[in-house]
Amino acid sequence: MAQVLLSNVRKSYGDVEVIKGVDWQINDGEFVVIVGPSGCGKSTLLRMIAGLETISGGEISIKGTVVNKLEPSERDIAMVFQNYALYPHMSVYQNMAYGLKIKKIPKEEIEERVQKAAEILEIEDYLERSPRQLSGGQRQRVAMGRAIVRQPAVFLFDEPLSNLDAKLRVQMRLEIKKLQENLGITSVYVTHDQVEAMTLGHRLAVLNEGVVEQLGTPIEIYEKPQTVFVAGFIGSPSMNLINGKLDDEGNSIVLPEGGTVKLSKGKKQYKGQEITLGIRPEHVTLAKGKENGIEVKISVVEQLGADTLVHCTLGKGETKISDTGFVVRLSGIKTFEEGSFMSLNFADKHLHMFDAKTGKRIE
Amino acid sequence: MLKRVHFGTSVLPYLLLAPQIIVTLVFFIWPASQALYQSLLIEDAFGLSSEFVWFENFENLVSDKTYLNSFQRTAMFSFSVAFIAMSTALVLASMADRVIKGALTYRTLLIWPYAVAPVIAGALWVFMFDPTLGIFVYALKAIGYEWNHKLNGNEAMFLVVVASAWKQVAYNFLFFIAAMQSIPKSLIEAAAIDGAGPVKRFFSIIFPLITPTTFFLLVVNVVYAFFDTFGVVHAITQGGPAKATEILVYKVFYDGFVGLDLGGSAAQSVILMAIVIVLTVIQFRYIEKKVEYT
Ligand SMILES: Nc1ncnc2c1ncn2[C@@H]1O[C@H](COP(=O)(O)OP(=O)(O)OP(=O)(O)O)[C@@H](O)[C@H]1O
Ligand SMILES: [Mg+2]
Repeated sequence: MAQVLLSNVRKSYGDVEVIKGVDWQINDGEFVVIVGPSGCGKSTLLRMIAGLETISGGEISIKGTVVNKLEPSERDIAMVFQNYALYPHMSVYQNMAYGLKIKKIPKEEIEERVQKAAEILEIEDYLERSPRQLSGGQRQRVAMGRAIVRQPAVFLFDEPLSNLDAKLRVQMRLEIKKLQENLGITSVYVTHDQVEAMTLGHRLAVLNEGVVEQLGTPIEIYEKPQTVFVAGFIGSPSMNLINGKLDDEGNSIVLPEGGTVKLSKGKKQYKGQEITLGIRPEHVTLAKGKENGIEVKISVVEQLGADTLVHCTLGKGETKISDTGFVVRLSGIKTFEEGSFMSLNFADKHLHMFDAKTGKRIE
Repeated sequence: MLKRVHFGTSVLPYLLLAPQIIVTLVFFIWPASQALYQSLLIEDAFGLSSEFVWFENFENLVSDKTYLNSFQRTAMFSFSVAFIAMSTALVLASMADRVIKGALTYRTLLIWPYAVAPVIAGALWVFMFDPTLGIFVYALKAIGYEWNHKLNGNEAMFLVVVASAWKQVAYNFLFFIAAMQSIPKSLIEAAAIDGAGPVKRFFSIIFPLITPTTFFLLVVNVVYAFFDTFGVVHAITQGGPAKATEILVYKVFYDGFVGLDLGGSAAQSVILMAIVIVLTVIQFRYIEKKVEYT
């Protein structure tokens, strides 16, 4: 049972705490993706699991053993690095066999395992080449091969696809997903790519400044972000966040830019409170009449082919233009006149509300 | 529009180059050509007359037992110096590579010996190993060893080798540490995850990846031992006892200025010159070779 447990894991560099108490349970065979902005501590957390960084506080256990004091090699993990970290003076075969040789595994078995991994990754033809003679994608495969042959309990990936071009990234993404499913090895994957975050893992952890803001299935996180940060971070283009205030009955939200948003289900307990209103660009529709909606001025229109992104600023009439941006995503090719006004509409169920002070979700 | 600056045929570039060219001419090219010319002459002991003899000086050298002995001694000496200086530097560098706190102090201290002049370095070791005053000799006596490098040729050789190597460690250390720090950290980490301990990592990853540097340093150290150790030898043993530490550079000096055999001494220095040229060519050939990190 390759479970990975983190309890109150902390890391500080001098006075600076970069991981501020992470609690997790990663189940056997589960694929967990860590996502977060640059510098939030993703790599640090992963490297602590790997044993490449010391643990300042808390406990990490793998397969039921506390590994805080164990060397990386004793933790039964394999890691794929962003820059692949292939040994440049060894052939592909030697790269993959290195760890096995150190473990004193019989030669025939090494050969067999390397062959098998090479078959899975379709790199049999390159075994005698040196890493220098491979393309980025092939190097990536070798790096994965080196991880696979060790048959570890846990795979750790630190942005393994970020050095590849867009097309190859899509291909490798699918392969990694398939590979993980087939091998069933518990995996932790760090990325800052939205699509990888949403598609790869069973569960997604959103990290912000050393704190796990939310841990859940990608869909859960997309549909019910628990904090303003998660709401703004997951999704591309990101969720529109507007400041507003619930009226005295808690039945509608008053926007400072003018306009109100009526709620079908009143929020009595929060009446009069300052809130942040969130609505995803893809959940906005053009208003036909003057129902529940807001007015915006169109500033830039981007046509992506499949979609049209309309960048607007919130405001009603020439006099009340604010600088709060608002993005609308409409499917298909639509044309708009830049500088004109329009009203927008959205269904109540797509509305997210957060406490303006704590940033926590209001249900 | 960019304005281009043209010096035209002004004298400025020549003026700027002149100091370097003059230094090269006066201190390298002229003495070298003098040595070449001298090596073809035989001069009488009083310097009154000289005779052009073509390669007779060289022929004499080749059949001169003391010269061939000195050649052998120099080869032994050079490789010992290179080996000791490089292996010490390698150990220190691989330790410094892992140090994080106080790394700068550590490195600065290690670089100091390089700034010490050869004769001063020699003098230091002479004091430490002086048969009557030296602190090391005193310590050795305590464990029952009589040290006297003024009588024992092997001890003298040992002392000269150690003193010469000591001075070169700093230089080697700088190159080794630079090479080690250019190895991506993730490579070492990958090896650690693969289960390689520090020693295994050193021999299977770090050492192979710094071979170009090692090779470069090997040539530099051999050149150093061949040519720049005159000061050390002169300060410690003056080539003695009984010529036990008379390496080639020292013999050039001794035969020329003490023995007054100017032609023979010049011929020796021409041979040394040829050796250094060959070594330099080898070095430039291979220094181009670099490791590519993927
Ligand atoms: N050796 C160190 N000493 C001091 N601070 C460090 C050290 N290593 C990392 N940090 C800090 O820890 C924080 C987290 O770093 P980390 O590398 O984990 O970020 P990340 O989330 O992986 O970012 P990225 O997406 O850019 O890779 C950063 O603010 C960084 O400056
Ligand atoms: Mg990182």
